[in-house]
Amino acid sequence: MKARRSRLGSAARAAVLVALVLVAPAYAAEQTPIRIGFGMALTGGLAAAGKSALIAMQIWAEDTNAAGGLLGRPVELVYYDDQSNPAVVPGIYAKLLDIDRVDFIVSGYGTNQIAPALPLAIQRNRIFLALFGIANNEDYGYDRYFQIVPAGPRPREGISKGYFELARAQGLKTVAIISADAEYSQHSAEGGRKNAAENGMRVVYDKSYPLTTADFSPIVRAINAVAPDFVFVSSYPVDSSGLVRALNEVGPAATIKMFGGGMVGLQYSSIAESLGPKLNGLVNYDWYVPEKSVMTPAIEAFLAKYRDRAKDAGVDPLGRYLPPWAYAYLELLGQAIARTGSLDDAVLAAYLHENPTMTAVGEIRFGPKGEWEQARSLMVQYKGFTKDNVLEALDTPGARQVIYPDSLATGSWLPYVQGKQSGG
Amino acid sequence: MLNLELFCNALTIGVLLGGVYCALAIGLSVSFGLLDVVNIAHPAFIVLGAYAASLMGQWFSCDPILAGVLMTPFFFLVGRALYQIYYLSFERRGAEALRGMAFFFGLMFIIEVGLIMSFGVDYRVAEASYIGVSYQVGWLGIPLRLLLPFLVSLAMAALLLLFLGRTFTGRAIRAVAQDRMALMLMGADPVRIKQIAFGLSLGSCAVAGSLLLIIIPVEPSVGRVYIGQVFAIVVLAGLGSVSGTLVAGLLLGVAESLVAKFYGPSWAPAVSFGILLAVLGFRPAGLFGR
Repeated sequence: MKARRSRLGSAARAAVLVALVLVAPAYAAEQTPIRIGFGMALTGGLAAAGKSALIAMQIWAEDTNAAGGLLGRPVELVYYDDQSNPAVVPGIYAKLLDIDRVDFIVSGYGTNQIAPALPLAIQRNRIFLALFGIANNEDYGYDRYFQIVPAGPRPREGISKGYFELARAQGLKTVAIISADAEYSQHSAEGGRKNAAENGMRVVYDKSYPLTTADFSPIVRAINAVAPDFVFVSSYPVDSSGLVRALNEVGPAATIKMFGGGMVGLQYSSIAESLGPKLNGLVNYDWYVPEKSVMTPAIEAFLAKYRDRAKDAGVDPLGRYLPPWAYAYLELLGQAIARTGSLDDAVLAAYLHENPTMTAVGEIRFGPKGEWEQARSLMVQYKGFTKDNVLEALDTPGARQVIYPDSLATGSWLPYVQGKQSGG
Repeated sequence: MLNLELFCNALTIGVLLGGVYCALAIGLSVSFGLLDVVNIAHPAFIVLGAYAASLMGQWFSCDPILAGVLMTPFFFLVGRALYQIYYLSFERRGAEALRGMAFFFGLMFIIEVGLIMSFGVDYRVAEASYIGVSYQVGWLGIPLRLLLPFLVSLAMAALLLLFLGRTFTGRAIRAVAQDRMALMLMGADPVRIKQIAFGLSLGSCAVAGSLLLIIIPVEPSVGRVYIGQVFAIVVLAGLGSVSGTLVAGLLLGVAESLVAKFYGPSWAPAVSFGILLAVLGFRPAGLFGR
């Protein structure tokens, strides 16, 4: 009897042990976070935007975990500083995939930082969501690439399409194109050339400059010398600031009716504050501005959370440019995972191609190359900025009036010189 | 056909910009040129100077150039202390070549990360009444935000030349670069002299930083852009030559400006470094080197 009880006890213990061994991995997997890896510009020239994007992504992770995670598992962000330097990006993503073994990779901020990461994602057949890249996938045609900026199916042209259509509507015929020697700027300038050709315009100046250029007055004078009707600029934050300053110092040629187009940086609070009334009259791209035709409750609610975190972080305090989109591109990934119940890259990619997805920035439908099916880029004209009201103007209707597309317009186009006087 | 108005304006801007390049490089001409200290962190100290000027402007509404001048004594003292550490750790042991350079590399990153952690990564700009103002003199448009830094850098170069040429300490600094032992026999302590020289080098960063802040928005890592340029100017000038630094700065500034205007801005760095290579090909010691 005693021996039988002992055998029964041993069998029971063995059964429990076997059950634990079988169940534990599944239980552990449920508790293991879903890890999303990326490089982000936390230092260097793009850091002002990169750090604000990181805050937005952290808010997404917290919101997701507060709602129970994805597939019952928490999400965790694994990131490294890419120093705004494309050269370090491949190493970062190799580490994320091979050493950190993250579940998913997403891009850092900007065309320059996406370009070196995309080949590795293609090589490894990974789904790859990109943050503010222009035409990175144009030549690859990779079907697991998805891009959050609404530049449309032809992103090179999409970012400046409105600018050239505005110019055509005003009867402007000759254009000067100036761009930085960097990936985004060159893609955007190429798009500008195509838009000029499509609109029957003549390019009278077409040059690029190195990112180390300290003074832009020789460039502005050279542009003035060819007397274009308008100028398309494709520049990065520091050079955008330099070009606007040089334009104000040298003064535009009398023929120039429009200046701007593809200038990154004017949307950053710090750069805008430094320029103040010099912004008036410029026409430039944007994605989300505080104009009634564009504002959405979802983004405004997100911005309230973002601003609370940003105020002590030394980043853009307003957050209208990049953060909502950084939140949204993780929303895309999260929704794809939740809707498909899968972590398989192929399944998620197929889902995103086949289904419109609602995010904080609105409904998104992707085309075959992972760009938005419909462009939603805005052209805004800066008006009414003074030395003292910049932050307020950036955050209230009226100062960045939407002048393209017509369906969202909240103001009308003014020639540059007239727009410049709008600050009083 | 060359447009004379464009040419004169490009030349003027080039001269003004060249003066600013001189201000950025002049401290390095002392530390690298005279003391043989490969201070890779020199541009990082310039960025530190820019932040100091920005904070003075933010807290006390101080003009950036004035802020740079007021911060010079503090940077001088930091320079002296830093050289003492460098001397005790590396130079005295004969390990200054690689380890000393690694020390300054590390210092560069510490400064950059320190700035990021203290102030964030957002751009800093200067506020001053002369920024954005341009004087028209006939054909020439002269922006004050370049003219004033140019004048300040001329003053820096002149003061440094006077100091090195007319004071005992200044002559001792030049002497220590030539013959340390002879200087000791003259009754001067070479280590103390080098301390003062390095202090001057870093002191110049306070002013150079304020000038940089006037010209471009500054963020913690912007110094990396100028590492190659400042060393190129010092080498082109001839190691240890302050007047050469001014001439080299002007030469590169003018070359960049003219090329940017007439051939395209993309060519400007290639032409600048092409000039450096050409000069070194004919005069390996640099323009004013011995």
